[in-house]
Amino acid sequence: MTAIEISNVEKRYKSLQALGGVSLKIEEGEFFGLLGPNGAGKTTLISIIAGLIRADAGSVKIHGHDVVGDFRAARRKLGVVPQELVFDPFFTVRETLRLQSGYFGLGNNDRWIDEVMTELGLANKADTNMRALSGGMKRRVLVAQALVHKPPVIVLDEPTAGVDVELRQTLWKFISRLNREGHTIVLTTHYLEEAQAMCKRVAMLKLGKVVALDTMSQLIRRISGSQLVLHMPHNRLPDELQPLLNHPPEDNKYSLRINDYSEVEGILARLRMNGIAIDEMQLQQADLEDIFLQIMDENIV
Amino acid sequence: MITTGFRTLVYKETLRFYKVATQTIAAPILTAMLYLLIFGHVLEGRIEVYKGVTYTAFLIPGLVMMSVLQNAFANASSSLIQSKITGNLVFVLLTPLSHWEIFSAYVLASMVRGIVVGLGVFTVTAWFAHLSFNAPLWILVFALLGAAILGTMGLIAGIWAEKFDQLAAFQNFLIVPLTFLAGVFYSIHSLPPFWLAVSHANPFFYMIDGFRFGFFGQSDVNPWTSLAIVSTFLVVLALFAIRLLRSGYRLRH
Repeated sequence: MTAIEISNVEKRYKSLQALGGVSLKIEEGEFFGLLGPNGAGKTTLISIIAGLIRADAGSVKIHGHDVVGDFRAARRKLGVVPQELVFDPFFTVRETLRLQSGYFGLGNNDRWIDEVMTELGLANKADTNMRALSGGMKRRVLVAQALVHKPPVIVLDEPTAGVDVELRQTLWKFISRLNREGHTIVLTTHYLEEAQAMCKRVAMLKLGKVVALDTMSQLIRRISGSQLVLHMPHNRLPDELQPLLNHPPEDNKYSLRINDYSEVEGILARLRMNGIAIDEMQLQQADLEDIFLQIMDENIV
Repeated sequence: MITTGFRTLVYKETLRFYKVATQTIAAPILTAMLYLLIFGHVLEGRIEVYKGVTYTAFLIPGLVMMSVLQNAFANASSSLIQSKITGNLVFVLLTPLSHWEIFSAYVLASMVRGIVVGLGVFTVTAWFAHLSFNAPLWILVFALLGAAILGTMGLIAGIWAEKFDQLAAFQNFLIVPLTFLAGVFYSIHSLPPFWLAVSHANPFFYMIDGFRFGFFGQSDVNPWTSLAIVSTFLVVLALFAIRLLRSGYRLRH
């Protein structure tokens, strides 16, 4: 079943085209990453999914329910953690969660609320007023609020921005557990390592358009391959290997592009034939950051 | 049908003002009390609006209704503008609550605040004059309708305003003049013809006049006429507010 189906969504703010025809299909149970630089349209897209803003064109369905036409059913299926650290200063943590649960029609939900608070390390803050919480604690409450109605689809907009290591780990542990239990997770993050570690599939947005959409492993393999770094202080790279250079050598370090590990043997054989000694050798796997930068460079509009 | 979602939003909106009761309940009661002391002291014995009704007795229902109206307006409008500016309105916007549920919850909570303050004003002022209760049902009906209308206006103002000063303008240039010129402190029949005609165009006048009829059995216009005008006004405003909510105007743009 499709968890989120986004079809040709467009959004314009006066002269700025925030989204220019975005289509995406996110399947149930996926751990999906939405990446892109600031201003790429990630938050706009999430806001349209959440029904917080209306698209100019196109449609979004959550578990088959249109977010405008059938918004009640769509919103029951969806939990959203907003990027802004918002809170209602009138209430305690427990009151906040009970209210949120009530809005979704769940009047008697204390068991799950307690469980969520425990999982997110909020149990001892239950009766503290929201105003008295630190930023990290407020972030936890935002996550808890998105989960009170046990939504099958959870969208997190920059959940770890400005968050300490401890919370980041608590959060990912809990989110991973929810994903294992079958919840669909969609997240945006600036921390590409985090996306690489967590997401099975990613879409990259740039200037309101999807410029890459693939599984994490395919993306890493497809675009950048790996690189072989050779440190040769006394020699020059033989001419026949020059085309493999990723960039001009720095400090006698040559970075060669390889698509497959079997190519390493051929390169080494060439060096041996030229009588070149290697001081040091490293094999580096490309990571999401390389790919991200490469894609953002490639698609200059 | 009363849903858990609706009940929760009403509860949240009433809990919100209850938590700051000094400001939302006690302060307006004190203000009304000051009006009574000052105007009552200055004008008592100089003006007789209805036969056999002292000025203080005439003033009390006006002050009660004024407090009901202003506080019903304040509740929905200040809650909404605060939620918009701090961003926590998103917690309501993300839920499956319908336009109708959001509308009626905000208005009902505003009515609760208006009526609570009105009762408070009545309790502290009633000692200063001899009041009669000719038609208690009219008192109740006009108090509820007036509170609902101002709650709805508060909702509309809260949706429209994007900054606190815009809301203050709505309140100072629309709500306050309409209330003060509705005959809280005087009978509009003491006005010159032009201002008498203007007052008849003010829907707030009919709320206060009808409310006062419940006490004294006398009024400037027939209470049934007031009831018809006030009810129509409520329906029109409510339809407008629900339309705003449905369209997402300034809430989901």
